[in-house]
Amino acid sequence: MTFLKTLGMAAAVTAGLAAANAANAKDIRIGMMCDRTGPTAVTGTVLCPGYHDYIALVNSRGGVMGNKIVANEIDIEYKVPPAVEAYQRFKQDGAVLISPYGTPMVAALLKTMEEDKVPGTSAGFGTAAAANGEKYPYMFPIAASYWSQTAAAVKFVKDKFGGDMKGKKVAYVFYDNPAGREGIPVMTHLAEKEGFEWREFAVPAPGLEMGAQVLDITRRFRADFIIAHVFGRAPAVMLKEFKRAGYPMDQIIGLVWAVSEGDIAAAGGWDVAEGYNTIQFAGVGSDYPVLDEIKAMYKADGKEPPKEMEFTVYYNRGVFQAAMHVKAIENAVKAKGSADITGTDVRDGMRAIKDFSLDGLLPPLQLSAKDHEGGGFVRVFQVQKGEYVPVTDWYRAYRDDVLQLLEEEHKG
Amino acid sequence: MFHRECGYYKTSYQGDQAILPFPIAKQAIFGLLLLFLIVIPFFANEYYLSQLSLVAIAVVGALGLNILLGYTGQISIGHAAFMSVGAYTAANLVTRIEIGGEQLPFFLALPAGGIMAALIGLVVGIPSLRVKGLYLAIATLAAQFIIEWIINHTPAISGGAAAAIEVDRPALFGWVMNEQWELYLFVMFFAILAIMAATNLVRSRVGRALVAIRDQDIAAEIIGINVFKYKLYAFAISSFFAGVTGVLYMYYFSIATYEQFQIVVSIDFLAMCIIGGLGSIVGTIFGAFFIIMLPVVIRIVMESFGPYFMDPSYLPQVIGQLRLIFFGGLIMVFLIVEPEGLNRLWQNIRNYFRVWPFSY
Repeated sequence: MTFLKTLGMAAAVTAGLAAANAANAKDIRIGMMCDRTGPTAVTGTVLCPGYHDYIALVNSRGGVMGNKIVANEIDIEYKVPPAVEAYQRFKQDGAVLISPYGTPMVAALLKTMEEDKVPGTSAGFGTAAAANGEKYPYMFPIAASYWSQTAAAVKFVKDKFGGDMKGKKVAYVFYDNPAGREGIPVMTHLAEKEGFEWREFAVPAPGLEMGAQVLDITRRFRADFIIAHVFGRAPAVMLKEFKRAGYPMDQIIGLVWAVSEGDIAAAGGWDVAEGYNTIQFAGVGSDYPVLDEIKAMYKADGKEPPKEMEFTVYYNRGVFQAAMHVKAIENAVKAKGSADITGTDVRDGMRAIKDFSLDGLLPPLQLSAKDHEGGGFVRVFQVQKGEYVPVTDWYRAYRDDVLQLLEEEHKG
Repeated sequence: MFHRECGYYKTSYQGDQAILPFPIAKQAIFGLLLLFLIVIPFFANEYYLSQLSLVAIAVVGALGLNILLGYTGQISIGHAAFMSVGAYTAANLVTRIEIGGEQLPFFLALPAGGIMAALIGLVVGIPSLRVKGLYLAIATLAAQFIIEWIINHTPAISGGAAAAIEVDRPALFGWVMNEQWELYLFVMFFAILAIMAATNLVRSRVGRALVAIRDQDIAAEIIGINVFKYKLYAFAISSFFAGVTGVLYMYYFSIATYEQFQIVVSIDFLAMCIIGGLGSIVGTIFGAFFIIMLPVVIRIVMESFGPYFMDPSYLPQVIGQLRLIFFGGLIMVFLIVEPEGLNRLWQNIRNYFRVWPFSY
């Protein structure tokens, strides 16, 4: 019974804290799963502070129309059972929006969330198929799916070749798991359409040994361009190996989990990665008004801005997620006229997000009842002299082809 | 106390062999069944139900592993892979075979998943006839990776590039179990079935043969036990349990994905057996409960008391790390203080109260 007792105490403490803050307005609760431990901790330790900072910023300005946002976080270690536990706990606390973290966790909760009518976001992972809001009404990938990213990467490569890809060789390097393989159908389809030659190069988990693949790509296959879809510690290894093989960095483009400052530092620093093209679904760098506002908020409290802010790739993605959540809640509160909102209201609020860009930090997302991906926008930043420099505007590519593949996926 | 063991005479062979020799045991079992099957589903909220469901599923898998590890003395680090075999077999069957517009019912898919896992387990068990201990551990580790790889790379099994197959909720003659209490009863039913099966198995001829092999395989062979046969039995039975666990996970999450059956999960199940107590059914249940609930309890305790020690905004960053440290530390403390597991602790408590208050 100690368990029940401690839980009761935990509830009492949280309730006490909440009661102190909320005099008359209602607290709106968000459940945020995070992984500050486990295999993907490199992401979570930076992304989650970004998330909390934005929520704190919103609350410091009086919350959403006077209602405070309470974002509870539970660390799930990139494991399924803790995610289920976290989800149930958030639901019990009355969260109107719950964001699972990681592809297998999203998969395991997809059905339950739909049955419970609780919306969730899965920015940057989850299956591409979840972009279809008619099939999965309560899951929002919000950011460009792996399919959209791959299509955008192909478009980038095509532009690099001057608009003609006939006879060119493209290598698709991927982490050998379902998420890594997601780009393959898009590659197959576009290779046929654009007439380029391509081959897949699998990197087995945990992705720390890539010498063989790199030699294969650079010496035998002699790729003209490389699209890299690796995560965890693999991106750093990959950059290092390609550098050693003497492959030009500006002929590599990395999808969203292969591109952070941490990866570049681990690969040996900015010099190693000079010229590397990175696909991003949220803006990188520090030149965004919202980041200045967060810094100002810390200064006003007499604190230094957190050091996580230096890792702009993941930090900004945390801000991006939080901004989307807050915006959806704001839309829901506006539509309802009060803070008594349900999960379904928040879902409709999320679907109502149009042209919300937070001064360029976010792509011009267009969500709708059918399109939960928001259009599949990305932006390419190139590593130049120690920073990320945007080399394209927000764009999307081969949208019709991606949507057609999505249709086929749902039929099959 | 309330119960005295004197005065109950075993006057028949059946009485001597009964699983529950005393009325109090029968009453306790009855009480527990009442608690878990009627009281809890009615009164507990969804949060506790979901946690108990996860424990119940883990109990099935841990029992299977304990039959192999605790009763037969053969190690397997590929337990999670057998779960994925069960899950994918059942997922493929239910999505490909339709009966009257409905997916194949669970009472056919569940044993099918178990049997498929048992067959694969038989194959993986073959090296156990030649190699023992650490060498066997490596052989089963290979099985874990091979099975994972095959599922990951065979679209016919994995259902496409995403390697995940979605299935409907289990349905029994039109009754779709999608509420949390329905799912709880669903997995609890199989957990109880598994506990009964394992309890009876270890007191049968097969169970005694397994124990004989564990204690001294040469001696076992000399007294006429076919070591070859029974070792393979052990692997098959253990894998069957694992396969059923996989199917239960599949139904509970409505999806089969190999990513939830990776090597870490195998290690978790090994930990359940070792902490619970090798070669003990009750211990296995305690072990599953311990491993699933400990991280949750640690986190809740830290969330309650953490704000007194540090700035709450640092708390989320610290809790994740501290939880891992405490989890690992507690397991070590347990193994040092009570190497025979939670089962031994339970026996000590029981023995104490057996003669209480006149312990001399």
